[in-house]
Amino acid sequence: MALSLSDLAVARGGVPVLSGVSFTLDAGQALVIRGPNGSGKTTLLRTIAGLQPALSGSIEGADDTVAYAGHADGLKAMLSVAENLTFWAAVYGRRNIDAALAAYALAPLKDRLTGTLSAGQKRRAGLARLMVTGRPIWVLDEPTVSLDTHAVGLFADAVRAHLRAGGMALLATHIDLGLDADVLDVTPLLAQANTLHGASDEAFL
Amino acid sequence: MSLWEYANPVKFLALSARVQPFAWAAAAIGIFVGLAWGFFATPDDFRQGSTVKIIYIHVPAAWIAINAWIMMLVASLVWLVRRHHVSALAAKAAAPVGLVMTVIGLLTGAIWGQPMWGTWWAWDPRLTSFLILFLFYLGYIALWEAVEDPDTAADLTSVLCLVGSVFALLSRYAVLFWSQGLHQGASLSLDKEENISNVFWLPLVVSIGGFTLLFLALVLYRTGTEIALRRTRALGVRLDRHT
Amino acid sequence: MIALLVRDLRLAFRAGGGFGLGLAFFLILVVLVPFSIGPQSALLASIAPGILWLGALLACLLSLDRLLALDFEDGTLDVLATAPLPLEAALAVKGLAHWITTGLPLVLAAPVLGVLLNLPAQGFGWLVVSLVLGTPALSMIGTFGAALTVGIKRGGLLMSLLVLPLYVPTLIFGAEAARRGAVGMAVETPLLLLAGISLGAIALLPFAAAAALRMTIR
Repeated sequence: MALSLSDLAVARGGVPVLSGVSFTLDAGQALVIRGPNGSGKTTLLRTIAGLQPALSGSIEGADDTVAYAGHADGLKAMLSVAENLTFWAAVYGRRNIDAALAAYALAPLKDRLTGTLSAGQKRRAGLARLMVTGRPIWVLDEPTVSLDTHAVGLFADAVRAHLRAGGMALLATHIDLGLDADVLDVTPLLAQANTLHGASDEAFL
Repeated sequence: MSLWEYANPVKFLALSARVQPFAWAAAAIGIFVGLAWGFFATPDDFRQGSTVKIIYIHVPAAWIAINAWIMMLVASLVWLVRRHHVSALAAKAAAPVGLVMTVIGLLTGAIWGQPMWGTWWAWDPRLTSFLILFLFYLGYIALWEAVEDPDTAADLTSVLCLVGSVFALLSRYAVLFWSQGLHQGASLSLDKEENISNVFWLPLVVSIGGFTLLFLALVLYRTGTEIALRRTRALGVRLDRHT
Repeated sequence: MIALLVRDLRLAFRAGGGFGLGLAFFLILVVLVPFSIGPQSALLASIAPGILWLGALLACLLSLDRLLALDFEDGTLDVLATAPLPLEAALAVKGLAHWITTGLPLVLAAPVLGVLLNLPAQGFGWLVVSLVLGTPALSMIGTFGAALTVGIKRGGLLMSLLVLPLYVPTLIFGAEAARRGAVGMAVETPLLLLAGISLGAIALLPFAAAAALRMTIR
């Protein structure tokens, strides 16, 4: 069980943003992706999650193993926290949401409508969604946005527990979570992409 | 040497530049000869009088209106399967031409219908089908305009063109079912018995040929414009990334 | 799949879910018709099947805006696209949920509104049958239209422009069946064609809608 990228190039709106992305993530490992705004971190994560096609290169081990959390939480304001999580668990063929509620201290909030939660509480519910999927590879885009220090601690604990259980995590974040994780800085890969051919508009030049 | 080489925009432009003068010239000659012959060198119809002469504009316009959509359908399929930009842009370029031809077909039909049927408009199957085709063209063009990313726009409009073609065909049969018409039978048919007589038929074929060449020239020209726009965009992107 | 259906239904029935809006629109539209046409019962009776079909179609169109747009904004579609459930199935289920919350209430309300328009007694049964057979096509075509325009800002009006021409065959066969039913003519042919369109739409349009949605998400 491993996620392995080799010489991956990704494009945003037909324009290459990153190229030559290669790494292997084994069970129990985490990787933090760093880079300036607009460097293509989100594009890279969406490509790995299978939401958009890669420009070139290959991704192995990502079929039906990735749980993706983007900027939006995928939660319905008019449903309670428990209803939201139960729904996502059912989509992934699972039932139990108690562990996820406990990990993010959501038990007292579970019957509240998601729309009445604060931004940080909502984010916690969004992160809890990853736990109910039961998928081994978590792909997280800026997961700590609007979380307070305590909640960041809860999140780091949840990631650690996930890794101990043989899971993997791929995070784009600027906060030091205190995880034992490698860091991939995409800035040099950005420069490479500037000279890359294969952009969709390239044919017109 | 394969046809697909011209899917490259630069090669396409080079070929298009060579073909276009001939296409424009041949279109002008075809339309001029067809119309002049039709208007001045054919007898009046024994029932319809000289009003019948509008046929030399009406039928070619209707012919292009339908065939432009079929060409867009083929181009959309080529884009979805082979991802050739020229194909997607040719479909985009053909749509307004098809729309205008549909309008010309409807307008000349109304002008012809007034003296013949005593009304500008009737909910006849053929007229109604063209009105529906007009709506499909409008939707297709509007979708192109609304989507910002050009490749996504090409994708979505291609899917609309495919699904729209199926529903346009369904509408055609639905409309036939719904109303029996006033419209005369097909002007051109492979069945010799059904054809209009030779005197009218020959200039009509010349005129249709001219309109078809006009369509070709317009689509080549407009595709060139679309390619130039994409090229400008690509250069802008490149400029952004090197500064 | 059932979870998605239950969730969509639950959302529709909760406050702010928009359930009943289409129904209310249908009611108001039908009530307005005699004001614009006049109260002569013979005239109303002759146009009743067509008006009821047109009203149901417009009421259906009204709620398509929300079919995918909200799920797109809150990231649900991104997650659904990466979930084990195929996107085609997810969209078919969303179309079904739309039919249950919009199409079915319209079918049930149509006979009541038929009374207001003096629909002949023999026409009620065929009106309901034609709506039952036709509204699933309206929901599925609408789902396709919503998938095409979901990524476009203020795409609602554009969606109407794209969807309405696609509604033409359904409207023709549906209204024709209801009209023939009302005047006591044979209804089999338009009803069968209508059912054919619905079945075809249910079988094929989820694939077209999923393709369009993937293109937008990308």
